[in-house]
Amino acid sequence: MAETAVITVADLVKQFGRFAALRGVSANFAPRRLYALLGDNGAGKTTLLRSLAGLTPPTRGRISVLGTTNLRSICSRIGYMAHPSLLYDEMTGIENLRYFARLYGIEGDRRCRQVIGAVKLDPALSRPVGQYSQGMRQRMSLARALLNDPEILLLDEPFSNVDTASAREMSALLGQMRDGGKTVFVVTHQALLLEAVADEFIWMEAGRIARRTASLEPGEQT
Amino acid sequence: MSLTWVTLAKDLRLEWRSKDSINSMLFFALLVVVIFSFSFDPTAEESRQIAGGLVWVAFLFAAVVALNQTWARELRNHVLDAYRVSPAPANALFLAKAFGNFIFVTVLELLMTPLFIIFYNLRALGPAYQLPLVTVLGTWALVVNGTFFAAISIRTRSREIMLPLLLFPVSIPAVLAMVEATRSILTGDFSARFWLVLLAAYDVVFTIASLFLFESVLHAE
Repeated sequence: MAETAVITVADLVKQFGRFAALRGVSANFAPRRLYALLGDNGAGKTTLLRSLAGLTPPTRGRISVLGTTNLRSICSRIGYMAHPSLLYDEMTGIENLRYFARLYGIEGDRRCRQVIGAVKLDPALSRPVGQYSQGMRQRMSLARALLNDPEILLLDEPFSNVDTASAREMSALLGQMRDGGKTVFVVTHQALLLEAVADEFIWMEAGRIARRTASLEPGEQT
Repeated sequence: MSLTWVTLAKDLRLEWRSKDSINSMLFFALLVVVIFSFSFDPTAEESRQIAGGLVWVAFLFAAVVALNQTWARELRNHVLDAYRVSPAPANALFLAKAFGNFIFVTVLELLMTPLFIIFYNLRALGPAYQLPLVTVLGTWALVVNGTFFAAISIRTRSREIMLPLLLFPVSIPAVLAMVEATRSILTGDFSARFWLVLLAAYDVVFTIASLFLFESVLHAE
């Protein structure tokens, strides 16, 4: 029997002025799977992800996440990592996470240290985030998205500017999260990094889902 | 309310480390004091008549610097999106920003007031004990509107221009009340009571309106 969809989008349209970033996207996404969202720049991947996170309200269409169309009501069950770090450069990693943890009602440092450890960074690092390498910043950004132990993780280009070894570690970590029961969406241009862990590859073109495949084909392994 | 204090503490920490707002405000206000004092050479009586206007206009323009900075730091690295996807209430963020701006502008006023007194040879002939009340009510009037309109203008292309364009017309009643109340205290010619009541009413109305509307502003694209 097919699993109940954790996310359903129906005829999703998003216009920015005269430009249509999404042109009628309809899809169901099952829980506990890792989806790789692929496509050229401007294909609508980030807009779709931001719409699912509740950051970009659609111009038309319907989004249902975890059984509700009121995305505000379930925002504490979603983790979102954007292409920018969403971190304050002047504060250290633990200071950043301590602040964002409080937004989710999480007190104390235990959870912050736990997620920083999970992304293989040192919680005691006293440097401000602005002095981190790009790779470290991406990891800390992922740690922030994990703070609230979300059921759905929406990640926008988590591997960009990350060295190959670190990217592979992050990819394996995402696989473990999926195995732990999370539904993970990853927007990336590095599909090959997810080949071993992704359950489905979703190809977007010109604001539409062009096709969904279970694996990468030889010509697609960029 | 605890989220307001957490966010305020974070903002104070960021300002302490960067000193972006306070340095720019101080420099700007100092310039105004010095330029005006060289441009005019008023007598003590003339100073009492014009000082209210000078002081508040200087603080208003200087406050705009802090107001823009408040939200600009939330746009760097798109940090505001992290707040928007969290379940934290919008009003906690608004109040934290307004309190933060109130503190920054108050620090500026505390540092600049002695300079104004020296440069313009000021001495109050009216009830000087009312000055702190004018300062508190006036500063809140500037920052509560300023924080709200800065949040609206921050995502526009010409935000440095947009904020004064939105803020100054709305602030006219408050600025008028601040200037007149200060003049009445300095000259002792008339009572500041009406202007203080007007300022208090302005503060209440615009605080409630801002709290009521801020969620829409925060979650707007």
